[in-house]
Formats: sequence, structure tokens, C-alpha cells
Amino acid sequence: MSSTTPPTATGMGKTDRFDPSIAHLTHVPRRHYGRWIASVLLLAAFALIVKAFAEGQIDWAVVGQFFTAQSIISGLGNTIIMTICAMALGIALGVLFAIMVMSPNPVLKGVAVFYIWFFRGTPLLLQLLIWFNLALVFPRIGIPGLFEARMVDVMTPFVATLLGLGINQGAYTAEVVRSGILSVDAGQTEAAKAIGMTRLTTLRRIVLPQAMRVIIPPVGNEVISMVKLTSIASVIGFAEVLRNAQTVYYANARVIELLIVSAGWYLIIVTILSIAQHFLERYFAKGSGRRSRPAARPAVEG
Amino acid sequence: MMPIVVAADVRKAFGTVQALDGVSIEIPAGQVHCIVGPSGSGKSTLLRCINQLERIDSGAIWVDGELIGYRRVGDKLYELTDAEIARQRLTSGMVFQRFNLFQHMTALENIIEGPVTVQKRRRNEAIGEAMALLERVGLSAKRDAYPSELSGGQQQRVAIARALAMKPKLMLFDEPTSALDPELVGEVLAVMKDLARSGMTMIVVTHELGFAREVANEVVFMDRGAIVELGSPQEVLVHPTQQRTRDFIAAVLA
Repeated sequence: MSSTTPPTATGMGKTDRFDPSIAHLTHVPRRHYGRWIASVLLLAAFALIVKAFAEGQIDWAVVGQFFTAQSIISGLGNTIIMTICAMALGIALGVLFAIMVMSPNPVLKGVAVFYIWFFRGTPLLLQLLIWFNLALVFPRIGIPGLFEARMVDVMTPFVATLLGLGINQGAYTAEVVRSGILSVDAGQTEAAKAIGMTRLTTLRRIVLPQAMRVIIPPVGNEVISMVKLTSIASVIGFAEVLRNAQTVYYANARVIELLIVSAGWYLIIVTILSIAQHFLERYFAKGSGRRSRPAARPAVEG
Repeated sequence: MMPIVVAADVRKAFGTVQALDGVSIEIPAGQVHCIVGPSGSGKSTLLRCINQLERIDSGAIWVDGELIGYRRVGDKLYELTDAEIARQRLTSGMVFQRFNLFQHMTALENIIEGPVTVQKRRRNEAIGEAMALLERVGLSAKRDAYPSELSGGQQQRVAIARALAMKPKLMLFDEPTSALDPELVGEVLAVMKDLARSGMTMIVVTHELGFAREVANEVVFMDRGAIVELGSPQEVLVHPTQQRTRDFIAAVLA
């Protein structure tokens, strides 16, 4: 196929099979023509797409003008705040329910299993609508004698979104945390008990820090999904970045330009988060080097 | 001398397997006891019951004069709380077959974890004592190494230092050299011999009959959940009276 094929390749006679004199010959790497062809085709396709968008009916000046518009930036702020709050709620509930699922108490375990079943089993959009319309079920909310309020005043778009996203997230995070806890060797818990730690201290000091190595990558992915999931809250009127972009294009009809503005911001946030995730994973990987692991013999019962 | 461990008719079953079938023993303070016996004889289970890593089904165990795991009220024994059991475990230090060093902590952090987190001692003071312990097990240079960077023998020596840092009255060793490559066994046994010479009370579950003969004050031979023979190393390992003991020693030395 190529001219670099050594002419003696077919002559595998007894004499040149072990011919030490070829040891000084230059090694020529194989040519990967297929890779070159695939790369050229892909680059050409990409150039065509870029050209199409550049010549299409997109007013890039409008994109630039609205990229830092006050309404978009405030929407961006709400998106970020909601991501942080919903994720914090989700992780807190996730840890709590993971511990409950693993509890020997059948009632605690049952409640946690039900929670995970219910919130993983219904669409997020539907859960958001239920939270937002809770006033139809409970017009008033409160603890008798302490405080009372109208549900419509309490269940603002922010609160409904926070509860919807956070509680739904908790059901997924619970499973992630549970698998993280299960990944920690039982010997770690025994060693912690042997130096007099209580169950809670063992969890906090020994098990969870090691479970983090397994938990961080999927939770990092979930934070990234959460950034984008907050856009669902636009349907119940929460003023996040997509909702505000829509409000602008309802007024000026620059639909694609404003959607591009939103897409740009989502990409920026997700890029920053991906970098942060990389460093977080590196931090929690400490002590997990693969060198000289203890001999993996089965624990012998003597 | 007051016994450090007393067990009275201790029974423990795992499903249908009777791991301990009525074990009674008194272990005096300041001595080294080696428990030997075939796999599944209940020797590790007995050790784990002394440290309450296993709950006993019936019988009673006293450690350092205190009934463990239960409080007697009238003619009933009531199970203690998690915190009370944790406090009772402080009397003894435990060394495991598979080391079980905390993987996310350096050697030094492993050793000071108990003193600082459990005993609420000052960090600087704990570090000072931990460094002395690392010196004693010959690993001062490895203070900042993670367990994954240490050989099995080094990990086990750190594990011994971690147990000693709690200043226990009694050290329990659960087959401390069984998971080690043969050339690393010696360094761990040397640390244990040094510990025995210093007068530490030790209960050692082991297959190292040479170590038992050299270091133990008493050797306990267990089989099928019961103590078959108990006495000096000379009596049990050299002139056993029971056929089962003779068979076991012949099998190990073969």
C-alpha cells in the first residue's frame, strides 16, 4: 500500500530472521491516511455551518448589545442563585435520605424509599406546577398560634422553584450518596469504632470524606444539569435568564438573537463549573493512589 | 493480679454457624496471650467480641473490671447506647488483619485522629506523641505518606501506632501478619515483640507459632468455637495433651 514497505518483508528466510545488523535502521511510523481524510471532511462541514450562521438572518450586533443588558444580567443572577440554593437543598436532602435508606429502622427506611420513588417517578415540570399551585389545596399555611399566612404569598415563583428543583434533586443525590457510602470499605468503619468513634463521628470523619471521591463526579454533573434545569422555572414565571430573554424578545421580536445570548451565558457558567469540578475531584482524590494497595485477600474469619 | 478480660460462657452464632460455643476464659493484665487454631475456630470472633465489634448472643464479658455492652438492672442485662459502647472501646486498641488505615489521611493524621477527635486532646500535644510513636515503629520518615504509598508492613506498623496513641490498657491483634508478604512479616513481629517487652497486655490471634512460642505467656488453642487447650507455650505447642491440638500443630508445621 505504501512505498515505505520494507522490500525484504516477504523474504522471511532463516538467514534474516535474526539479523542483528538491522538494529541500526530508522523506524518509520505508520501513516494514518484515514485520520487525515476524516479531519478534512469534518473541518469542511464545520466551516460550512459557521458560514451559514454568519450569512443567516442573525443580527450579531443585537446579540452583543443584549449580552450584558440589565435584564439578562439580573436573570443570570437569579439562575446562579437558584442553582446554588436548589443544589444545596438537594445535597442536604440527598445525604439525609441516603442515611435514612441505609438505616436499620424500617419506618425511616420506608419513608426514604417512598420519597425517592415519588420524586424520581414524576416529571420535574409536573412537580413545579404542583408546588406553584399548592394554594389550591392549602389556601392558608402556618402553625396555629405561632404564625399564619396566605399560601399565595408564601409560594412565590422563587420558593416554588426552589422546592421543586431541590426536593427533586435530593431524590437523585440520595442514590449517588448511598453508592458513595457503600464504596467505602467496611474495615474503615470498624477501625473508626475501634478507636472509640460513635456512629455519627465515623460517618462525618471517616466514611463521608472517602465517599466524596465517588460522589463528586456525578454530583458535579448534576450541578451542571441544574444550571440548565432552572430554565424550566420560566413556565411558572421565575425571572431566570431564559425567562428574561423571552420577555425581551416578546417586546423586540429578536427571538434567535436573545436565545443565542442565553445559550452563551449557559455555556460560560457550565465551562467555569467544569473547571471547578476538575479541581474538586483532584482535592478529594488524595490518598487514593493506586500504588501498593493492601493485598486484597478475603477477610479470613478465624 | 486482677484479670483484664474475663469471659463467661460466651456464645455467638452467625446464622446457623456457632462461632463461639460457650467460651470462658480469664486473661491476667500484663501478659501476652496468643490464640491459635484452624480457620473458623472462632478465635477472631472472640477477639471482636472483646472489642464489641460483634454483639454476643449470650454470656458476659468484662474488660478492665467493667461489664461490656450491657448494664445489669435486677436480673436483666440492658444493652448500652452507641456512645457508652464507644467509651468502653477506649480500654482496648485493635490491630486488624487488613490494617484498615484511614485511606484519606496521612500516617500522622491516622495516628492523631483518635486522640484529637475522640479524646479531644490538643492537636500539638497529639502530634508530639504521634511522632514518638512513629519513631518507635521505625517510620518517622513516613509521617506524611498516605496508606496507598506504604507497604503492607509499614501500614500495619502505622496501624499499631494508631492503636497505641489512644493509650489503651490492652492491645488486640487480629491475625496482624496474615495479609502480609512473607518478607514483611518480620518487621511487624519485631514491633509486637518490643511492645510485649514493654509490659503491654496483648491478646494476639495468630498463625505465627514461632512468635507464640517466643513471646506468649499463655497459648490458647481453639477449635469449633470452644477452647480446647490452654497453657504455657511449652505445654500447648510442644507437649499438647489433646489430639486436635496435635493435629493442628502438625498441619501448620507441615
